[in-house]
Amino acid sequence: MVQTRIILAILYIVLSPFVIGLLDGFDRKISARMQGRKGPSVFQPFYDIKKLFEKEFLTANKMQLFLIRSYLCFIVLSGIIFFAGFDLLLVIFSLSTAAMFLILASTATHSPFASQGTSRELVQIMACEPMELLVAVGFYLATSTFTVSDIVAGSSVANIRYLPGFFVGFVFILTIKFRKSPFDISTSHHAHQEVIKGVTSEMVGKEYALVTIAEWYENAILLGIVGLFFVSNNPLTFIGAVIAILAVWFLEILIDNTSARVKWQLMLKLAWGVTIVAAGMNLFLLEIIRG
Amino acid sequence: METLVTALICFPFLWAILPAVIHNSKRRAFTVYLGCAIVMVLSVFTAIQWYLAGGQTLDFRLPYQQVFGEIFLWGDIFLMCFITYLAYKHHRLIIAFLSIISTVVPTILEKFGPKLGIVPTMRFDWLTFIMVLIIGVVGSLIGIYAVGYMHGFHIHHHKEVTDRRSFFLSMIFVFFGAMFGLVTSANLLGLYFFWEITSVTSFLLIGYTRTDEAINNSFKALWMNLLGGCGLAVAISVGIVCFHTANLYDLIYAGQTSGKAGDMLCLLPIAMLAFAALTKSAQFPFSGWLLGAMVAPTPSSALLHSATMVKAGVYMLIRLSPAMADNYVGNMVALIGGFTFVAASCFAITVSDGKKVLAYSTISNLGLIVACTGCGYEETIWAAVFLVIFHAVSKSMLFQCVGAIETTIGSRDVEEMQGLMSIFPKLAFILMVGIAGMFLAPFGMLISKWAALKAFIDTSSVYVSTLMVLFICFGSATTMFYWTKWMSKILGASKREKSRDLTKKNEYISMFFHAFMMIALILGFPWLSEHVLKPLSNDMFGIVKQVISYENMIIMIVLLCGVFVIPFVNYLMTKNQKGKQVITYMGGANAGDNFNFVSATGDPKEMEISNFYMEELMGEKKLFTPAILISSFILIVYLIIVVGGALQRWFRLELFWQSST
Repeated sequence: MVQTRIILAILYIVLSPFVIGLLDGFDRKISARMQGRKGPSVFQPFYDIKKLFEKEFLTANKMQLFLIRSYLCFIVLSGIIFFAGFDLLLVIFSLSTAAMFLILASTATHSPFASQGTSRELVQIMACEPMELLVAVGFYLATSTFTVSDIVAGSSVANIRYLPGFFVGFVFILTIKFRKSPFDISTSHHAHQEVIKGVTSEMVGKEYALVTIAEWYENAILLGIVGLFFVSNNPLTFIGAVIAILAVWFLEILIDNTSARVKWQLMLKLAWGVTIVAAGMNLFLLEIIRG
Repeated sequence: METLVTALICFPFLWAILPAVIHNSKRRAFTVYLGCAIVMVLSVFTAIQWYLAGGQTLDFRLPYQQVFGEIFLWGDIFLMCFITYLAYKHHRLIIAFLSIISTVVPTILEKFGPKLGIVPTMRFDWLTFIMVLIIGVVGSLIGIYAVGYMHGFHIHHHKEVTDRRSFFLSMIFVFFGAMFGLVTSANLLGLYFFWEITSVTSFLLIGYTRTDEAINNSFKALWMNLLGGCGLAVAISVGIVCFHTANLYDLIYAGQTSGKAGDMLCLLPIAMLAFAALTKSAQFPFSGWLLGAMVAPTPSSALLHSATMVKAGVYMLIRLSPAMADNYVGNMVALIGGFTFVAASCFAITVSDGKKVLAYSTISNLGLIVACTGCGYEETIWAAVFLVIFHAVSKSMLFQCVGAIETTIGSRDVEEMQGLMSIFPKLAFILMVGIAGMFLAPFGMLISKWAALKAFIDTSSVYVSTLMVLFICFGSATTMFYWTKWMSKILGASKREKSRDLTKKNEYISMFFHAFMMIALILGFPWLSEHVLKPLSNDMFGIVKQVISYENMIIMIVLLCGVFVIPFVNYLMTKNQKGKQVITYMGGANAGDNFNFVSATGDPKEMEISNFYMEELMGEKKLFTPAILISSFILIVYLIIVVGGALQRWFRLELFWQSST
């Protein structure tokens, strides 16, 4: 059991940049096809990273680099906590600590666009955090534990049966977390927008490469949580979990390609509204059932 | 032990005379230092003495208990006359009314009511141990800071304010004495006396500058706290009339045993004590007084917010919590606390005055503590006590730091602290440690939120449980927002010229000592949990439970080391990184540096960068009144349920007696 947990954690550290990077490549390809373009190679994200590392190191404030590296380290740490099967609530706390480093890195420069992006990033975090915490609460209600390994080992059926509302809420905030339309307000996909590249505006070369890799690691955790809804102690359910993850991932691409950007005020209201309605109702129901 | 506790209570009261009569600035400073040092040593000595004696709960009577009883009685009457006089002078008769009612009724009952048996009047246990240390150590450090700060306040900054430093400094000592008395009293009459002293002293400290605003705010604080005092008076009266006791622990025991069975009569005193505690710990709808207290000079804000005043409220609630598990009183306290946690943290987002942010964050954090106590489980008490300790240290440090920043840069607005790290690194470092202590992952808040969430999910009342979980989830998101925003301001680039740091040496001594304590607390947290919190929970609930699993303890320690070690290692690794310095992107309109841009007229113009405040979304103007209304509604509904139930029970008992005679 311990060995499996260690192996999973190592697999996370080694594989997730490749897997998520590849998913990112397919994302671009599929998006391009949806828009009637041919699109880049699926390995394009890796070429981008390579190129970014080779660039000359330009910086507006040298403090940025060590803050960004700390950001990456904390994300990986959260991922290890998650995939090695420790406490789910601590994973989320650790992720929000990581986000703080990104914010500090971005504001260290006194750049108008980066600051604008940072403020919006903060709003995004505020919009998502209640839902993330509630997901942990939901799993606790369903399985009486916050510990990921016990959640998997202790459920005879997939927990999605008890937690449909939590799942809907979580998928909703994933759109914000992945920084996709209509909520790509802190780092816009398209560099001609009014925020340029938001939080990452002042991050050049390897700084930007590190941020991208950190995002891949973070997405691996988020998709892992999606999978957690579908697994039980039956190993066959892992296949179902993978299918569910791919379905959610495709849904996000679809939403991304069919919607225009909203304002942050609307995002906050929508995210909190969905959280209260979907997750809140589910929470209330579960509490009643538990008595 | 008896002697030590008596000395602890009496010494500050007596020492308070010295700064009041010594008017030579140097000599007075010396007496204050000496007094603070003695208070600190005495409290630590008492605590250690008790700890080494095995940490057994001690019940005892004060030496010369009769004399003290008389002092309390006449003290109460004196305070009442004093308040009445002030109320008359400032035409606020309602305050006089509150004071007279709340003093006269218990006094008459004590004199002419049923005779009370001779029972211990004091108690020293684990909670007292923690509180004595907090008051003694954090409080005295604030005293030391106050000397330097008040000097600067009068000599450099506020020449228009009458210099009443003697009065101010002696009030601080009175405060210590009252707090020590409050946390050791088991007799409610004694506790009431100390409770009233803290109300009056805080009133005097808030009104220190005697401007119109200060006077208004001080009266606001007074009436709210006196209203709480009335709650205490009702609890005493009910205790004497119905239970023939004025001992806090007897009432708690009654509430704990028969309160579960739904006996409202036993819950009534608990509800009233909880009500008093809610006013004192500035929960909605009584938050106004703590916000108003900001007009006072910084040391008094630090004192009110961290080690004393508001801690008296949460101390009382932690005491009561075994009697609040899963009943109406507990639900009331939990809901008020949870609501305050969310509402106050929303308001904290919308203000930019540093002291006000701190004020709201205090209220919000106290809300979390109050919510934990209302739940009344071992886990939540564990979390609440941790929060109390962390909050006391970091809040005191933050207030002192903001005070020092205000003196140095002439403003306490968060926006003005842009790039503080590069101009006043020492102040910025303290501010960062304080902020980190308030909310960052491995520190107090994480541990407590973890335990609180778990306990609230397990709470038996379905709707309270659901609401509380939502409150905590949303509250923690909003809390994150305003602290991170502040932190990022400090780290940003600065356009200010380097200038002289006006912070006094004694202010720094106090602040660095706090920072040191903070780090020691963090590192010592497993020890604290094992050797202090466990016996405490054993005392209160009779069970020893590992609240947080060994595994999670390890992860938290890893995270905690991570917060320091990861950035530090990364800093060392990238320190010598060669890189080309470039200016930031401004769409090509940079005027040569990062701070100016070429405007439409072609002249360079300074660029201002500001944080989000979201006033139109959750501003004070928009939401403060609704927040007061909602919380009042919760409070009133629950109080009516409890009072009504108690009356019903009382009438039934009367009928029973009549029919049996």
